[in-house]
Amino acid sequence: MTAQPARNAPAPPPSGLRAGLNRLRDVSDKHRSSTIVVAMAITTVLMYFLPIIPPLSVIQGRGIWYDAFANAGVFVLLAMGLNVVIGMAGLLDLGYAAFFAIGAYTYAYSNSPFSHTDLPFFPMLFVGAAVAGIFGILLGAPTLRLRGDYLAIMTLGFGEIVPIVFLNLDRFTQGTNGISGIYRPEALPLFGPFSAISPFNYFIVMVVIVTITMILLYRLQDSRIGRAWNAIREDELAAAANGINTVTTKLLAFSLGATTSGLAGVFNASKLTIVSPDQFLFTVSFTVLAMVILGGMGNIWGVAVGAFIVYNIQVVFLKSINGVIETLGIPAFNLPIVNLHIDLAKVPFVDYQFLLYGVAVVLMMLLRPEGLFPNQRRRQELHIAEEFDDGESGEIEGAMGATPGAAANGGGTP
Amino acid sequence: MSLLEASRITKRFGGLVAVNNIEFTIPEKSIVSLIGPNGAGKTTFFNIIAGIYDPTAGEISFHGRRVIARPKRAWLEPVLWVLPAFLVALVTLVFGVEGRSESSIIIGLALTVLALMIVLLIGVARPPKYQRFLVRLGIFKSARPNDMVVAGLGRTFQNIRLFQNMTALENVLVGMHTKLKATWIDAILSTPRDRREEEAGRVRARELLALAGLKGRDDQLAKNLPYGDQRRLEIARALASDPVLLLLDEPTAGMNPRETQQLTGLISRLRSDLGLTVLLIEHDMRVVMGISDRVTVLDHGEKIAEGTPDEVRRNPKVIEAYLGTPPAESPEDEAPVVPAEASISPAVEGSES
Repeated sequence: MTAQPARNAPAPPPSGLRAGLNRLRDVSDKHRSSTIVVAMAITTVLMYFLPIIPPLSVIQGRGIWYDAFANAGVFVLLAMGLNVVIGMAGLLDLGYAAFFAIGAYTYAYSNSPFSHTDLPFFPMLFVGAAVAGIFGILLGAPTLRLRGDYLAIMTLGFGEIVPIVFLNLDRFTQGTNGISGIYRPEALPLFGPFSAISPFNYFIVMVVIVTITMILLYRLQDSRIGRAWNAIREDELAAAANGINTVTTKLLAFSLGATTSGLAGVFNASKLTIVSPDQFLFTVSFTVLAMVILGGMGNIWGVAVGAFIVYNIQVVFLKSINGVIETLGIPAFNLPIVNLHIDLAKVPFVDYQFLLYGVAVVLMMLLRPEGLFPNQRRRQELHIAEEFDDGESGEIEGAMGATPGAAANGGGTP
Repeated sequence: MSLLEASRITKRFGGLVAVNNIEFTIPEKSIVSLIGPNGAGKTTFFNIIAGIYDPTAGEISFHGRRVIARPKRAWLEPVLWVLPAFLVALVTLVFGVEGRSESSIIIGLALTVLALMIVLLIGVARPPKYQRFLVRLGIFKSARPNDMVVAGLGRTFQNIRLFQNMTALENVLVGMHTKLKATWIDAILSTPRDRREEEAGRVRARELLALAGLKGRDDQLAKNLPYGDQRRLEIARALASDPVLLLLDEPTAGMNPRETQQLTGLISRLRSDLGLTVLLIEHDMRVVMGISDRVTVLDHGEKIAEGTPDEVRRNPKVIEAYLGTPPAESPEDEAPVVPAEASISPAVEGSES
């Protein structure tokens, strides 16, 4: 789900591959929306055909792959939304799953036997997103005067409160059981009805949602508002001294991030047909945060790719790894000195996923703080920082949403 | 006609009196300098004018309007935010208990949240009507830095605070924030108005960069610019909001004599071409004495002298503040004072606080 295929497309002159890439980049900068549409179309075609070809077709069936891609799309949306909050505005939000939950429950109320309502799906996408955005404002208005760590703790608290509220208001939410039997969206004109057996519809709808969201987010990033977010992230005081109302601007970032999250929540609820509080625990917030860091904070398509990869590793790769080991026939063995019996085929890799996240995030912070796919500017910055050999502290601090202004200014004075 | 009038400004940090009872006016289209030894309270005073600190006492009026003073009844505002929601909750709770139905509780909860949200939104957006309402209640909140920019004030910082990882052009565009009107809805819809405005903004930003002597450096990251260029870029950024009053905090610190001369030229051009009023904090006496109309000297938070550069140069209190009390028995100590610019500048320039 990326702009990557477009960047790797063949360059016309064989001698100047780099020049061709640069020209491609210029064109894509100028016609960003069309570039995203083209890139997403290419990605979609790839995702349509890849599950038929051996390496992927061995792991699981075609339908299950599309299902996985659609689910991955939910996390791509979440990651892109969190990227607005963390990557663009520099606000560390640890309770992001709360807005995901609010979007999902909004759809559950509007579309389930529990509430005796059956509202259409596509308008509800916007309604769910709007409700989550409103709650974003509600949480943000009193808390965004806080900075850095304090904001993180507040959002962490909010992220814990929301599932607990849904858990304990069992009269309205059916507690742990959650609201089940949520109706599926109405049939699409060309693709037929939505169903659990053929998840292709969900896949297509998700591709469209991700494409549109990506276009809108890129436009925001390049606008006056995006610049203001960037300025606040770099130096809040200087931003205020240049006329930026830091409170409203941060609030906007917070609430737009929540909106994206609500959108993902609505989609997720309609796809799983059940919402329950245990889907929205802190682990979700943490997973999304790990995706944003891994993908390259601040880079929209990088974050999307990061989320896609992490989700597929988590859900597809870790689950199938035992089966692959079994087919390869790696035998169980004993470690001689510590006398440990190891049977790789029986190691519960899925249970270790958060350990693996933790290790991955720490390694990324140490080795590649700008993420797997940093945007062009950040990569350049890092290169220059290496040349002058004073960049590492600033990058890491900046990445964690602390106040990088002080560190950066320290380097500026002679 | 004075543009800015500060009366009896005092700022205490705990027990430390950083600025004490200062009267200060800036006439329109003048260049006024603020000098004094390190720790004299110049930057604190500056920050009070820019809206960063609230003064402990005193008030500042800008364009004849009182904008900065000690906040009054500020605690009332958060109460106002919660009050409507509280009332709604109370009312619906009473009706809900009577009705004994679940839906009335849900509706009550929804109405409460709605009330809270509407009031919070108004409180954050602060429309003029809301502000008038606050004034009627006797609530006074000192202007924030961004309010001062809207009112027509631009500033630079003593230790350069550029957006280091943005290009020079983007820095100036951020400075233009209050002049551009596109909202986030314009941005995501990419309306023609938004695109036209953005294009015009870029053109204007290039002009400002050229004015500040940064032609051809538009696309360089701010942190990669040489030191003098960073200072000039900060001035260009401050000019981008079309200010009436420009506050420059040690603009020539760390510059070589040639750069200093260029910058002095730029500052006087700002006044003659753009009609700006400039307030300057500066340690380099050649700059101060060369371009200022009036000079104010602070020491230990108090104003010790004020007047034209020549008057201030001869003022014995000023000489004492900079060089200490001369021992009575050595008459030759008077000698270095006369060419003030030569002796003072090297002593102070090295130590930026």
